[in-house]
Amino acid sequence: MELVSQIGESVTNWFAYLGSLATLGVRAAYYTFVGPFQGRPLRLQRAVSQAMDVGVRALPILSLITFFIGLILALQSAYELRKFGALDLVATAVAISMTRELGPLITAIVVIGRSGSAFAAEIGTMKVTEEIDALETMAVSPIHFLVTPKFLAMIVMLPCLTIWANSMGILGGALFGVLQADFTWGRYIRASIDALFLRDIMTGLIKSVMFGITITAVGCLEGLSTGAGAEQVGRSTTRAVVMSIFLVVVVDLIFTVLFFFVGGG
Amino acid sequence: MESVDSDAMLSLRDLRVSYGEREILHGINFDVKRGETLVILGGSGSGKSTLLRTLVGLEKPSSGQIWIKGMDIATISQGEMDDIRKRIGMSFQGGALFGSMTVGENVALPLREHTKLEESTIEIMLRLKLEQVGLAGFEYYMPSQLSGGMKKRAAVARALAMDPEILFFDEPSAGLDPIIAAGIDQLILELKRAFRMTIIVVTHELASAFLIADRMVLIDKGNVVAIGTTEQMRASTQPRVRQFLDRIAEPEVARELDYLQMLTEEHRPR
Repeated sequence: MELVSQIGESVTNWFAYLGSLATLGVRAAYYTFVGPFQGRPLRLQRAVSQAMDVGVRALPILSLITFFIGLILALQSAYELRKFGALDLVATAVAISMTRELGPLITAIVVIGRSGSAFAAEIGTMKVTEEIDALETMAVSPIHFLVTPKFLAMIVMLPCLTIWANSMGILGGALFGVLQADFTWGRYIRASIDALFLRDIMTGLIKSVMFGITITAVGCLEGLSTGAGAEQVGRSTTRAVVMSIFLVVVVDLIFTVLFFFVGGG
Repeated sequence: MESVDSDAMLSLRDLRVSYGEREILHGINFDVKRGETLVILGGSGSGKSTLLRTLVGLEKPSSGQIWIKGMDIATISQGEMDDIRKRIGMSFQGGALFGSMTVGENVALPLREHTKLEESTIEIMLRLKLEQVGLAGFEYYMPSQLSGGMKKRAAVARALAMDPEILFFDEPSAGLDPIIAAGIDQLILELKRAFRMTIIVVTHELASAFLIADRMVLIDKGNVVAIGTTEQMRASTQPRVRQFLDRIAEPEVARELDYLQMLTEEHRPR
């Protein structure tokens, strides 16, 4: 009986958590898309500086990681393709797995590590030092002031980063292609482009927008629900990272299933 | 609006606040008159900070009424609450300045958010506010470059930005050395004289309380124990008031000391 009630309780908590995430996401979306038409201007300057942090500063590490991932993908698929003498299919394998799945996912994970955690830590610290309370007593909505610029930065920057990650992954694959599979750089790139349909790229980009929303909502919610004391900020940050990775994978699964059945793959 | 004094800036009627199951404030009643300085005294855990948070709308009361300018903030909408919040100022215990903005940007924030003033006008206003709190010329400093006392002053400047009708202070002298704390008291007195503002201060610093207060409220375990002018409080014979003002330790603790003494006495060589 106790087990049942415990399961019931954690399921309820889960739904409550998802509910708070959705509420936060909807309020941030309201301030982003509806607010500007009702006399609450967007904080473009803050959004741009967030976008610099979230996007531009992530480029070096993201490039390196996705380049290596592309190379690894090429090596792994060559291991199997070699048996059939089909090494020239490496370009196709890398291009499709990068754009449809790994580009968006690796980008999301890098952004969680760099920015999702930073959102939770920043807002959590502001909560502990009463800065969030100060905003409220000044009749400034913390969601409008803090969450919306992050939200805007993320939904713009994640697809951009994903396109970049896809290209770097294909370049990583090309390194293998040139060294081991008799491709030239030009021919490898051409083979990759030929292998891709617009649909492959678009599904990846739609996913990346959803990942951006998820990461922002989790990071900011964890920050806003930080309790009193410095150690709580650490706890929120950890939770933000773990929760974001989990939910990004769940969102990934949902959209992959959706595209599989609706879009015919 | 029955039984609410029209002269009152803020009135509490049977205010109760709970965190979950635990009730922190058990029915608080008092009025704050326009232009007076009221000090809310109380020990740690007395509920005085919760009371202040409830007055500025950061906590929701579980029952009772809080009348500010003819509106019961316990029942009004978010939009109406925001309108009231634009007319109150709050200085937080640690200052609560935004660390990513300069002092000037902190002070200008409410003006930029809620007014359509020209940037040049805002510049002039923020200089004026900083001058009022004795921080002229510090607008380009970051909060992390200021000392504790200066942070508090900057926070007061930010609270004054919208020319509030009521100013709230949470522990203004907490964590400051006596000289800097006296400076903050002086600042509060100057604001009182210069602007006839209604000021509500939560503190447990007796010296500071008697210096700045017109009237005082003593809160203990979520109840109002005494309310009156500084003279009335000084003359009070109420045991809890005397204990607080004369700084006498809790009887339980005293009894423990007696017990300890009794134990040690037995072992004293005769």
